Amino acid sequence: MKQYDKLIFEHSKKGRTGYSLPENKLPEYSFKAIPVALQRSLETGLPEVSEPEVVRHYTNISNRNFGLDTGFYPLGSCTMKYNPKINEEIAALPAFSSLHPLQPAETAQGALEVYYNLSQSLAEIAGLAAFTLNPFAGAHGELAGLMIMKQYHMKRGDLKRTKVIVPNTAHGTNPASAMVCGMDVVEVQSTPEGTIDVEALKPLLDETIAGIMMTNPNTLGIFETEILEIAGLVHAAGGLLYYDGANLNPLLGQCRPGDMGFDIMHINLHKTFSTPHGGGGPGSGPVGVAQRLVEYLPNPQIKKEGDRYFFVDGKDAIGSVSGFAGNFGVMMRAYTYILSLGKENLRQVGELATLSANYIKESLKEYYELPIKGICKHEFVFDGLADKSTGVTTLDIAKRLLDHGYHAPTIYFPMLFHQSIMIEPTETESLETIDEFIAVMKKIAIEAIEDPQTVKTAPHTTPVRRLDETTAARKPILRYVDLLNDTPES
Amino acid sequence: MHNYFPQTDADISTMLQRVGIGSMDELFAEIPESVRLRKDYDLPSSLSETEIREFFAALGDKNKPLTCFAGAGAYDHYAPAVIAQILLRSEFYTSYTPYQPEIGQGTLQYIFEFQSMISGMTGMECTNASMYDGATATAEAMFMAVAQAKKKNKVLISATVHPNVRAVVDTYALFKGIEVAEIAEKNGVTDKADMEAQLAIGDVTGVIVSTPNFYGILEDYSGYSEAIHACKALLIMHADPSALAVVKSPAEWGADIACGDGQPLGMPLNFGGPYVGYLSTTKDLVRKLPGRIVGATHDVDGKRAFVLTLQAREQHIRREKANSNICSNQSLMALYVTIYMALMGPEGLKKVNELSYSGAHYLLDELVATGAFTPAFDQPFLKEFAVRTTLDVQKLQSKLVEKGMLGGIALGSYKKGMEDCLLFCVTEKRSKAQIDQLITIIKEEML
Repeated sequence: MKQYDKLIFEHSKKGRTGYSLPENKLPEYSFKAIPVALQRSLETGLPEVSEPEVVRHYTNISNRNFGLDTGFYPLGSCTMKYNPKINEEIAALPAFSSLHPLQPAETAQGALEVYYNLSQSLAEIAGLAAFTLNPFAGAHGELAGLMIMKQYHMKRGDLKRTKVIVPNTAHGTNPASAMVCGMDVVEVQSTPEGTIDVEALKPLLDETIAGIMMTNPNTLGIFETEILEIAGLVHAAGGLLYYDGANLNPLLGQCRPGDMGFDIMHINLHKTFSTPHGGGGPGSGPVGVAQRLVEYLPNPQIKKEGDRYFFVDGKDAIGSVSGFAGNFGVMMRAYTYILSLGKENLRQVGELATLSANYIKESLKEYYELPIKGICKHEFVFDGLADKSTGVTTLDIAKRLLDHGYHAPTIYFPMLFHQSIMIEPTETESLETIDEFIAVMKKIAIEAIEDPQTVKTAPHTTPVRRLDETTAARKPILRYVDLLNDTPES
Repeated sequence: MHNYFPQTDADISTMLQRVGIGSMDELFAEIPESVRLRKDYDLPSSLSETEIREFFAALGDKNKPLTCFAGAGAYDHYAPAVIAQILLRSEFYTSYTPYQPEIGQGTLQYIFEFQSMISGMTGMECTNASMYDGATATAEAMFMAVAQAKKKNKVLISATVHPNVRAVVDTYALFKGIEVAEIAEKNGVTDKADMEAQLAIGDVTGVIVSTPNFYGILEDYSGYSEAIHACKALLIMHADPSALAVVKSPAEWGADIACGDGQPLGMPLNFGGPYVGYLSTTKDLVRKLPGRIVGATHDVDGKRAFVLTLQAREQHIRREKANSNICSNQSLMALYVTIYMALMGPEGLKKVNELSYSGAHYLLDELVATGAFTPAFDQPFLKEFAVRTTLDVQKLQSKLVEKGMLGGIALGSYKKGMEDCLLFCVTEKRSKAQIDQLITIIKEEML
């Protein structure tokens, strides 16, 4: 196929239009009556293009993208599972998508019921009392959850609890969320096995600790077996436990964060509950809490009285974290997914995802360095090639995978190892797909020894090859007009 | 097996064997038995696709879609048919964040177009890859103002900014330890004298205003940027990007940061989301801009390409030293408004505003002509306006809903002293016939 690399602006020609609008039946009301001082004089720079050109342009650029429907995404910590098509159909139903967020509750009972039932379903899956669905993403859920943690201590007059303990293997959003919430971060070290070092945790637990943030299984795919002891210690010290739900998928049907002692958690609906990642969003990051924290959930809060559903503002709520009540369209998809799987199949998610990860790990451990052995959960981490003598890096392996029609795994995270390759297959990949991936990973490991140059210069077959990221950052070109004015350095 | 799971029993046996275990249960052997879930969730059983369709059809019947004469942050503009269909291309919607640019040029390219178009609308020099919504984008703008000031920690916000945006700003500020003070309103617009008085007290690092404001009014911000910059503070302007096709842009008012929600750019109401926030600023402040940013570059063969750039600002690099915890954006929704702006072009967006303006001003005249309404303020507006009424607000709203119409939003729950006020909005989607019908229903109610 022909290589396509135009920008929409490059199709623009004065006089072309791509819209269909009615005639103005009320021309006597002209906005030219607005004082000139309030009117715009600056050009917008928007392109002038016809409808067929717009359709062809965006179709062509979509061909320059790799999606889950294109192929396998072994992307650790991202849970790239199949996005069911029925979810899209349901989310687009006009009976829901045409609702104004401020229309009276009596006229939106179906939508409110979706919100309520999804929050209740998540509470059952999490083993917690209640959920808000307002946060827009995982990091946004973390922020809302930490605000709840802080509010809990403030309402008790316990004002010196300003620190949050975060493991050194945590996602970058954990410490960043704590900072945005006005809390200080205390890092706790990991054992050589990659789990929290309980002995290192103990001395940190004083009266300034608001709580701890954990993922379980952690970012290495290892279950924190000492979780009950950790929960006991943190609670005894007056702190709360926050569960980062990024890694919830393997636990579906197996165990519940609330039962492990967690007080607050967020769930990424775009991971565990199959809603599309959309090239980076929209996601959804519902936050669940134990009973004693329910009143602090953000506004608006969902309520049910008899058969009637409605939103209210709670007097002890942390406040609002969203303009309205979150990414409702994403909730529609997640609720559809839960209903489609039902209780029988939800419990298989965790099993199949975990089995697939272990199968890949066992199949490749002779070729790639496996720093942490034993059964993993949904994901695991290699520390680069077993044979590093040729200088082929994790980045090179990731790029070479692109040539073979796979998305790359998550690389250089967690930072515990220098050459991390984090692989998470999910439950929706067939054994054949996984076997082919294993074969390609082996082939690359061999190629790294026999023909390292080919790996080091990969990818070779993608629409573009390795990019000059240094110049992009040193001399940022962030708009089309900057691109037009850019004169290449000689 | 469920249709989402490709594994057969034989596949599972093969995999268990490779792993060296005899059963699925052994995969979870290290989890303490006391917290193992040894039963199914208390949830319904699996539904087939037909049952799912029936289930949601029945739920949908409990909703009542209404002909929309409300705005207040969510606007019922026309959505070209093209957009929903392009958004269903799964190369876009099933893709991850373009961290592998070699196979993510589609996403990177439309984000670059989004940044270009939003920068064009706001008149600003740079825009990030999008934010969650307009309210959180405004809170992040506040963080930028505080970050650039180092020691100052106070932000002023006009009373005419949407109360929902204000609520999110307040929440973020409260927990971060930022002081937020309100600038009073006077006849529906920001009281400039009050702002100047508060600026004179000192310590202010940012001032947040909006255009159009919560009441739909186009405020005159002449002299604002000079007064604010004299105090080394930033002017943050929350703006409806659709309106910016015709009204003075944040850059023309001298703003340092523009923010807002892209929902008015033809996005479905969707009961409040997903929408798309935007955040734009000057080149000087680009390194304080949170979230993802796409830049143009070349590949090793010299081909033009796009890539996530300036990542040293972000949480995955800076962790607790980052200025924001934001990780994702609303990428697919950014694509939505990018296609919208491409289709509409400068002329289409002008027409959208012209039609909305005409309808809104006609509705106001017709409301006033009934004798039961007066304009709440004597100020210029575009598509949205507040009126006082002698009618019972609640009864009127119920009557309209009964007839399938969403009338104006009652302002009593937002503003003291406005219990008899309604905020109406008319977009280009409302025909003259629909406006006349609204007036007919209101007249019936007056009998």
